[in-house]
Amino acid sequence: MALIMIELKNVQKSYDGGATLAVANTSLTIERGEFLGLIGASGCGKTTTLKMINRLEEPSSGEILVNDRNVVDQNPEQLRRNIGYVFQGIGLFPHRTVAENVAAVPRLLQWSAGDIRARCEECMEMVGLPFDEYGDRSPSQLSGGQQQRIGVARALAARPEVVLMDEPFGALDPITRSELQEEFKSIQQNMALTVVMVTHDMTEALLLADRIAVMREGVVLQIGTPKELLNNPSHDYVRDIVAMPRRRAQRLEELMRNE
Amino acid sequence: MSDNLREQLLLLPAYFQGHLLLTLAAISMGVLISVPLGVWAEQSARVKRPLLAVVSIIQTFPSLAILALVVALLGGRIGFLPAFIALTLYSMLPIVRNTVTGLESVSASVIDAAKGIGMSPNQILREVKLPLAMPVIVAGIRTAMVWTVGLATLSTLVGATSFGNYIFTGLQTRNLVAVMVGSFASASLAVGLDGLVASMQWLLEKRSEAVDSARLKRIRLSVYGVTAIIVSLALYGLIPKPRADFVVAGKPFTEQYIMAGLLAQELEEAGFSVEQRLGMGTAVVYEAIRNGTVDVYVEYTGTVWANFMSRESNPGREGIRSGVVEFLEEQNVTTLGFTGFQNRYALAMRRDRALELGVTSIEDLIPIAAELSAGSDLEFFGRTEWFRLRDLYNMDFADKLTFDTSLMYTAVAERQVDVISAYTTDGRVAAYDLLLLDDPRNALLAYDAMILASENAAAQPKFVQVLDSLVDSISDEAMRQANRLVDVDGESISVALEYLGDEMAKN
Ligand SMILES: Nc1ncnc2c1ncn2[C@@H]1O[C@H](COP(=O)(O)OP(=O)(O)OP(=O)(O)O)[C@@H](O)[C@H]1O
Ligand SMILES: [Mg+2]
Repeated sequence: MALIMIELKNVQKSYDGGATLAVANTSLTIERGEFLGLIGASGCGKTTTLKMINRLEEPSSGEILVNDRNVVDQNPEQLRRNIGYVFQGIGLFPHRTVAENVAAVPRLLQWSAGDIRARCEECMEMVGLPFDEYGDRSPSQLSGGQQQRIGVARALAARPEVVLMDEPFGALDPITRSELQEEFKSIQQNMALTVVMVTHDMTEALLLADRIAVMREGVVLQIGTPKELLNNPSHDYVRDIVAMPRRRAQRLEELMRNE
Repeated sequence: MSDNLREQLLLLPAYFQGHLLLTLAAISMGVLISVPLGVWAEQSARVKRPLLAVVSIIQTFPSLAILALVVALLGGRIGFLPAFIALTLYSMLPIVRNTVTGLESVSASVIDAAKGIGMSPNQILREVKLPLAMPVIVAGIRTAMVWTVGLATLSTLVGATSFGNYIFTGLQTRNLVAVMVGSFASASLAVGLDGLVASMQWLLEKRSEAVDSARLKRIRLSVYGVTAIIVSLALYGLIPKPRADFVVAGKPFTEQYIMAGLLAQELEEAGFSVEQRLGMGTAVVYEAIRNGTVDVYVEYTGTVWANFMSRESNPGREGIRSGVVEFLEEQNVTTLGFTGFQNRYALAMRRDRALELGVTSIEDLIPIAAELSAGSDLEFFGRTEWFRLRDLYNMDFADKLTFDTSLMYTAVAERQVDVISAYTTDGRVAAYDLLLLDDPRNALLAYDAMILASENAAAQPKFVQVLDSLVDSISDEAMRQANRLVDVDGESISVALEYLGDEMAKN
């Protein structure tokens, strides 16, 4: 078994015939079972990076290996069925029930009806929305946060080894959010999932990720463990963004003291 | 219930069935063609614009023109097929357009997600895009359905049975009951079918609800039931009926309904089975008798001379007769004989108005025409006859107005116009006490009514012998009275037939 699960080699992606450079000459490796946080300002190329891993976008140059195999050598549909994906826009199927949404990938993989049903119950339980109560609802009958949780359940349903997540917890209230973060972290550890998670929230990245990649304008400025980033930031930008949670905590403390 | 209404309602099953089959067949074919075309167009910008342009252009064609074009393209074939093709073409625009719009309106994030979880383009289309576009597509189908039900009434003009038979016969024979029955039936069918599709769509949307309520079950059962009944009713029409021995046809005006009835009556009395195709356009019925889809109908010499032979001269009554018979012979159409009456154009005025102006012939109009107004049917002022009349008498009217035939008579009766282009056997000539003006310079053509037979029918001695009894059997006056019974007195065609039968027995 390869130690490295995902590898990007000199990957570059431009749009509009080269006018927009979304991702510039990026190389990075993600180990099996590793949780990588991808953080950076809006429009810096996070989603594009994620989409190239399961071929929703094709790199303009460079190559990407998943499980030691170049993704371009794989059937894109097969590749995607084996990689869980939580979409930034959630993207639940509005004409399907919640349960059918969760069952989408297992159904594509032609699991038996019984297996699908059992797995649906399991995954929905995992994200805190019991099958019996929510399974027959239509997605429009869920709150935004509940929809996001179903998006996570759908990504996990077919027991993928790799899960790509694009701001999966964005629409959740702080309490549900931290519950789900912890829940997800333990699932990831138990199942040795390889996860790449895009987030805007440095606290989330620090709490969940084994390593964090900081992106700016299509370039990965630095990649390292939270500790490395805190202690040895390579750029001012990295230092600022990593220090953000701590700064905010200090501000809060000051506020409390002044009361 | 009045006899008239009862008579109309007896026709309902046959007309309903013809209309239903035509509509359902055209709509089904329209869906089968248009939805895939819409899918194709949505996937390729190169296809989309030209395709939408073509289906829109089809839609802008007058529906009658499309019907006539299809008949012509099919080599003069009449009946179900041309009507079916024309209606299918007509149904395409709303379905294609709504399919494209529906597919395009599916949210990009949903399609992205479908792709992202590993659906193939085909699966995305079938499992995501089409179901999500379905409400819009169904709305298009419903629009097309309502149009098609309405337009199907026109297919009567190309010899396909529909509720149009009520409407055209009724309009021409001034039978308002028939017009009402036809319009009401057509509207009810449109509303009914629309409701049926709407409830099917509703059921489809409810399909995902896990538990069936008793009410839902009941509704589902009744929708399926009604659908099954309607489809089997339509399909019943496809069972080939024993072909009638002869097909009798006629054009859409009273005299033609009467004459077709007379032909049918004679043949039936002789033991033949007869199918009537009424209210067909002149060019259509002529084409049909040439290719044998129609066996017999009554035509007028002047019509053949001017319309089909495109002659501009006027060699007089006998000259036209012999020229026409000879021409028809070449076209494989047999002239069984002349019925004895002539239904030509004549300029006519109210008798009191003519007296006041001292007019008895067209020549008397020459000095005063420039101060008179004239009314005609939709055709007359466009025919070569009118141009010849204008040139021969060297005159023109101050105003020339065109009317629907019955309104033309009303116009002259109510003094809105001074002169009209009347038909010589029209019952309204006598009813409104109109004076037919002499035509000493022979501008207007002779229109002897003649019985035309297809090659196949004319080859059967018994058929020829039976219809021989109608040759030279009806005078101008008798025909005028028969027309009058229907057009003025509001009697049904069968009353007019009885009258003609009595008249013929007298001779
Ligand atoms: N299909 C596309 N065509 C053209 N430009 C694109 C396309 N997709 C993304 N881009 C551009 O590429 C850049 C990176 O986009 P990307 O979606 O990866 O940003 P992001 O980091 O995910 O931002 P956010 O946090 O707002 O989601 C942006 O400048 C964006 O405008
Ligand atoms: Mg993004």
